[in-house]
Amino acid sequence: MSDFPSVKLHVVTGKGGTGKTTVAGALALALAAGGRQVLLTEVEGRQGIAQMFDTAPLPYEERKVAVAPAGHSGQGGEVYALAVDPEAALIEYLEIFYNLRRAGSALKRFGAIDFATTIAPGLRDVLLTGKVMEAATRERRGGGRLYDAVVLDAPPTGRIARFLNVNAEVAGLARMGPVRQQADSVMNLLRSRRTAVHLVTVLEEMPAQETVDGVAELNAAGLPVGGVVVNMVRDALLPPDALGPAEAGQVDTDEIIRGLKAAGVDDAARYSDGLAEEVREHAGRVMLEDRERELLAELDRPMYELPLLTEAVDLSCLYELAGRLSDQGLT
Amino acid sequence: MSASPRFDVDALLHSSSIVVCCGAGGVGKTTTAAALALRAAEQGRKVCVLTIDPARRLAQAMGLTELDNSPRSVAGINTKDGGSLDAMMLDMKRTFDEIVLTHADPQRAEQILANPFYVSLSSSFAGTQEYMAMEKLGQLKATSAWDLIIVDTPPSRSALDFLDAPQRLGRFLDGRMIRILLAPAKAGGRGVMKMFTAGLSVFTNVLNRVLGAQTLKDLSLFVMSLETMFGGFRERADHTYRLLKEPGTAFIVVAVPERDALREAAYFVDRLGTERMPLAGLLLNRVHSSAVQGLSVQRSLAAAEQLDESGESPLTVATLRIHADLMATATRDQRMAQRFTAAHPGVRVVPVKAQATDVHDLDGLRRIGEEMAG
Repeated sequence: MSDFPSVKLHVVTGKGGTGKTTVAGALALALAAGGRQVLLTEVEGRQGIAQMFDTAPLPYEERKVAVAPAGHSGQGGEVYALAVDPEAALIEYLEIFYNLRRAGSALKRFGAIDFATTIAPGLRDVLLTGKVMEAATRERRGGGRLYDAVVLDAPPTGRIARFLNVNAEVAGLARMGPVRQQADSVMNLLRSRRTAVHLVTVLEEMPAQETVDGVAELNAAGLPVGGVVVNMVRDALLPPDALGPAEAGQVDTDEIIRGLKAAGVDDAARYSDGLAEEVREHAGRVMLEDRERELLAELDRPMYELPLLTEAVDLSCLYELAGRLSDQGLT
Repeated sequence: MSASPRFDVDALLHSSSIVVCCGAGGVGKTTTAAALALRAAEQGRKVCVLTIDPARRLAQAMGLTELDNSPRSVAGINTKDGGSLDAMMLDMKRTFDEIVLTHADPQRAEQILANPFYVSLSSSFAGTQEYMAMEKLGQLKATSAWDLIIVDTPPSRSALDFLDAPQRLGRFLDGRMIRILLAPAKAGGRGVMKMFTAGLSVFTNVLNRVLGAQTLKDLSLFVMSLETMFGGFRERADHTYRLLKEPGTAFIVVAVPERDALREAAYFVDRLGTERMPLAGLLLNRVHSSAVQGLSVQRSLAAAEQLDESGESPLTVATLRIHADLMATATRDQRMAQRFTAAHPGVRVVPVKAQATDVHDLDGLRRIGEEMAG
């Protein structure tokens, strides 16, 4: 059973280095399980999706990038991907709403789009979120593929509330007119129960703190906070009651020597001090991780954990992570 | 650990006048910049470190609690060699406001500061932060108050933004669009419109329809006031850019042994080469290593399994698994580093061991500094 049954648009954010794009990809695969159609979008021009799915750079066009494993229904779903760029989105927007294809190319020629995105990032964000909204709210009639869910690999946690709060950003610039209307309708979707903003973090001090701050900012902007995905979690190797003493340096090296000898390791004494130090560092890190986990739990949002993968993330890892997200109820 | 030679951090800190730390977000640029600055200061240099977005506790440790957008002396450093350390955190909007206040008369400045387009531009992250970081660097450098300025770069979408964004903004503020928007306002009305091509009238029409007339008016006013005020936005950007090519400047590319971070680092290294900007080397943070040599991953895991089955010494079982984990991670880190080195054989690398906990005091920074120096 999914924790977010009413959600159509899943926004995924996270501090740099926490694996936000990977989690967005895994979430898209998880949502596609059982024969559903999912669109995975990115808006920062990084081509992170193409790299993750090991395909050529994505054009401004919805391309199939993966097939999800078949669920109970026996039918596999599909993940499409789209890299939204503001220029193409603007030209498309002008075409759809004003039938102004020529104007689009004139704008391009005068460098107007560069101009607009530089001088008024709020306008750029309206174009980017507007395109994502369009994909998420398509209906049977009219152009384009219909999706069961849309996943947005969004800008990082430090900028997410600002990025999504297009209304506030645009309000000062355009008090009325079509841009304002567009911003309003984007905002309606983003603030509704059909949207959830998930935050990806790792169990380290700065990312956890940024997650807490990000949730506060999203709340203040009236944007719906979804789950907290704790990524790159390591296995607990010491029993909980051994952590405190181990961190304090109380590691019984004699026992380690005896144990190593019992396992047939020669020269056990040569290794014991170094190993004890590694145990101490491990305990310190696990205790720090536990503190960060508690801090995140105070947010009172559903939490999901994904394991640290020692190998570089490839497609098979993504399927594994997708399975973990489903098992924990995110989809 | 990695086969490529290290670069000499201490020699670099002694001979440089500007050190720029760049790289992807989340790789520890700020901590690196702070640790380098502290080390240089305690070796006798007068140092200023310009940080962009330090973690709260690191900022507190460096006394960066007052946000007045100018360098403050850092207490608690060892000054016996005659050095000093000042630190500041960039306030992007304030830096922009200061430029306006310096270059415009009070009445015009007030108009600009209140214009919605100015508010949007001056508080946006796309490009403005980079421009203002460069601007601040230029200002600090111009005072000649320090032997060495260490710059942390903004957490950009791409590490290259630090080099590109200021010029982009500069070009843009001197650009064609601005002139187009200015032309009708300057000529005072319709007459001049005849001079424009059909394409342009379509274009202004679109702006009117999409943005609304009021917005276009705000925009024109903003652009007009900027124009009379600056005249040389691009020149300023170009000037600081040249500063980065002067002898005495060095770039340190910061990364962690992860694919994305190393890819960003590779882009940056290539770019510095093209621009003939001096690269000191790659500083690789969060590298895992084990001091226990001779117990391989396989051997540790086999021993752990054997003990586990017999139910003997759970402590040793856990210890061996912790060690195997560390060795596996260390091997992976090494492979990532080697992959980078294979593609960039000339680049020197300084690995920095993964810290068990985050650094938020001067002692922690000192330890990292020592490790960097090797």
